[in-house]
Amino acid sequence: MSYDYIEFGESEKEFTSKIEEISGQNIFSCYQCGKCSAGCAFSNLMEKTINHTMQLVQLGKKEKVLQSNTHWVCASCLTCTVRCPREIDVAAVMEAIREYTLRYEPETIERLDLPEELLKKIPNIALVGSFRKKSEL
Amino acid sequence: MRIGVYVCECGKNISATVDVEKVVDYAKSLPYVASSRVYKYMCADPGQELIKKDIEELKLDKVIVAACSPRMHEPTFRAAIEDKGLNPYTLEIVNIREQVSWVHDDKKKGTKKAKSLVKSSVMRSALMEPLDRKKVGVTHKALVIGAGIAGIQAALDIAGSGYQVTLVEKTSSIGGKMAQLDKTFPTLDCSACILSPKMVDVGRNPNITLIANAEVEQVDGYVGNFEVKIKKKPRYVIEDKCTMCDDCVAVCPVIAHDEYNQNLSPRKAIYIAFPQAIPASYIIDPDDCLGIDPLICSKCKDVCGPEAIDFDMKPEIIEDEFGAIVVATGYDTYPIENLGEYGQGNIPDVITGLDFERLISPGGPSTGALRRPSDGKLVKNVVFIHCAGSRDPAKHLPYCSKICCMYSTKQALMFKHEVRDGTAVNFYIDIRTGGKDYEEFYQRAAEEAKVVYIRGKVSELIQDGDEILVKGVNTLTAETVELHADLVVLATGIIPSQGTKDIASVLRLSLGINGFIKEAHPKLKPVETSITGVFVAGCATGPKDIPETVSQAGRAAVRACNIIAQDEIEVEATIAHVDEMLCRGCGVCVETCPYSAITLIDTKRFGNTYKVASVNEALCKGCGSCAAACLNGAINQFGFEDKQILAMIQALGEE
Repeated sequence: MSYDYIEFGESEKEFTSKIEEISGQNIFSCYQCGKCSAGCAFSNLMEKTINHTMQLVQLGKKEKVLQSNTHWVCASCLTCTVRCPREIDVAAVMEAIREYTLRYEPETIERLDLPEELLKKIPNIALVGSFRKKSEL
Repeated sequence: MRIGVYVCECGKNISATVDVEKVVDYAKSLPYVASSRVYKYMCADPGQELIKKDIEELKLDKVIVAACSPRMHEPTFRAAIEDKGLNPYTLEIVNIREQVSWVHDDKKKGTKKAKSLVKSSVMRSALMEPLDRKKVGVTHKALVIGAGIAGIQAALDIAGSGYQVTLVEKTSSIGGKMAQLDKTFPTLDCSACILSPKMVDVGRNPNITLIANAEVEQVDGYVGNFEVKIKKKPRYVIEDKCTMCDDCVAVCPVIAHDEYNQNLSPRKAIYIAFPQAIPASYIIDPDDCLGIDPLICSKCKDVCGPEAIDFDMKPEIIEDEFGAIVVATGYDTYPIENLGEYGQGNIPDVITGLDFERLISPGGPSTGALRRPSDGKLVKNVVFIHCAGSRDPAKHLPYCSKICCMYSTKQALMFKHEVRDGTAVNFYIDIRTGGKDYEEFYQRAAEEAKVVYIRGKVSELIQDGDEILVKGVNTLTAETVELHADLVVLATGIIPSQGTKDIASVLRLSLGINGFIKEAHPKLKPVETSITGVFVAGCATGPKDIPETVSQAGRAAVRACNIIAQDEIEVEATIAHVDEMLCRGCGVCVETCPYSAITLIDTKRFGNTYKVASVNEALCKGCGSCAAACLNGAINQFGFEDKQILAMIQALGEE
């Protein structure tokens, strides 16, 4: 039996507080009623339910949160936000996790790696947009 | 003889399983029955009127009501027939609810059983005779046993009504467990700050006689007239003379464990439990003192300026009479030694909630800086384990101890206020916040102080270096988890205190399955006990928080005043009586009587002196033990005479 080690070190605290900062929500308000997951139209497609993700954010479990597809499946329909009894903007938390991923683990795009064929096909605006979003520059 | 039989439908409670019309028709066919009727709610006013009208018009002289348990409405119907001039003891209740409809579901068989019970009662009723209730005088004084917050409040409320009350406390000071708490939920009031004014009031109130360091040894008598023996242990310090100068403590050579600080700090053999203690006087613990008889050290006596120390004090038996008694003997916490997976008390930094209260208290062993017991290190990470013993019918306590969710939350919050950068993790099964402002308090702990709550049990605690390895499960993420903590606090459950068990055996109170004192009715008589005139408040009946304890103490006080405010009260008429001609003075009844109501007396018969049993009518509670035990059939009980019981049995035997 393997035990998942819980600690509240610098990296855990950094992750939790960053998600709180980006979303503007108090993650610790969540008391695990599960209403967000219950009402989510896409819960069945998520690898972890939303309340499970909330708990992992409380515990600072960055890898587990980011590995899961939960926040990417989220369609930001705001059902969770509207229903949360603790008035947490859950969709904002999901968005914060997406933003965290983009801010801290950007997928870099090198212009030279893109095939010439593709460059001819894609619109200029898409190229500029993806450089802005995904390059380290 | 004219008997009226009244069958109650009790809404559908009875009529769903018993064909009440058939029972009524059947009753009409029985001898002596002059009238038989059914009504939806016999206990309601129209139902009672029905009976009263029949008594008048049909000249009934006996009444039978087939309804619920006599525990519910016997007094109601007795009063109703008394209104119309009948003797209340000519009423007979047939319990066709608890004993028929609620325990059966076959309507045919239920109806048959109800019929035969009604028949047996008619046969008994025919033989019933009017009985007189005796009146006895009342001592206008109450006794409160136990001086925690429940006892203090009850004593203050009785005294506030203008009656004399004696408050007996086992330890050297009043205050109980509440005096040990640092803060109280959900307001984080300092416990001592809200308790000590009440303690001071007890000390000052002229209506309250406080006897500390004492135990109730024996209680005889009955409602209105309890004769009580209180054993006051010697304090060896004269309360009135002690000025609390502390000179004696400096010279005392003995170091002992300080019980007030949960044995986490030392005290001397002469000490005061805590600075706000009432009676405000030091005490010498004779078990710790080097020697009192013969006197060995006596350094304290030498330095005592006001000459308050008296080594010649002896245990004192105080005998007094009281009209009513309030039991407020409180709780203990579940022993940590029983919790194998949590170290059985062998890991020094695994402590109980009460230990934590003392550790974090500014008046505690580490003067408020939260230092752990093993090495005095400042604590950074705490794990709180809820339900340590509670909600575990297989091995520990079957019940929820009610206050642990809240006190663990309170302690986590207090810890975070003390150690801002620390972490507090709570392992829980469910968070139960049933109380005013409790849920908000729990939310505050999570939101404001970022207290972490993990749903799941801890399976094991292991000493790992100077930390404790906590292994458990997070049932929400479905993962087994482990973490290290500097300190682990067990929210140990609430169990009846030794004092509660002791007083229950002294007073012969009924106990529930978990050892708490049983209420006369769980909802409507929550402070009454199986013994008339004895009331109970606080955790002696089960886990309670402070607001609930205080309100219960208030009700217990009112109920006690109900009795001691009377000049005389009626006692039960269905008591035992002896046929002296049949009694051979064997004394079996004397041994059997749980209330010491029977003695053997001399009587002259045919010129010789014989011993015969004699019943003290005021002491007899009408339990019937003696009547059943008597080998000669010499003892009978009014209202339950042998001939009446035999008539019932005969009726039940006939198909």
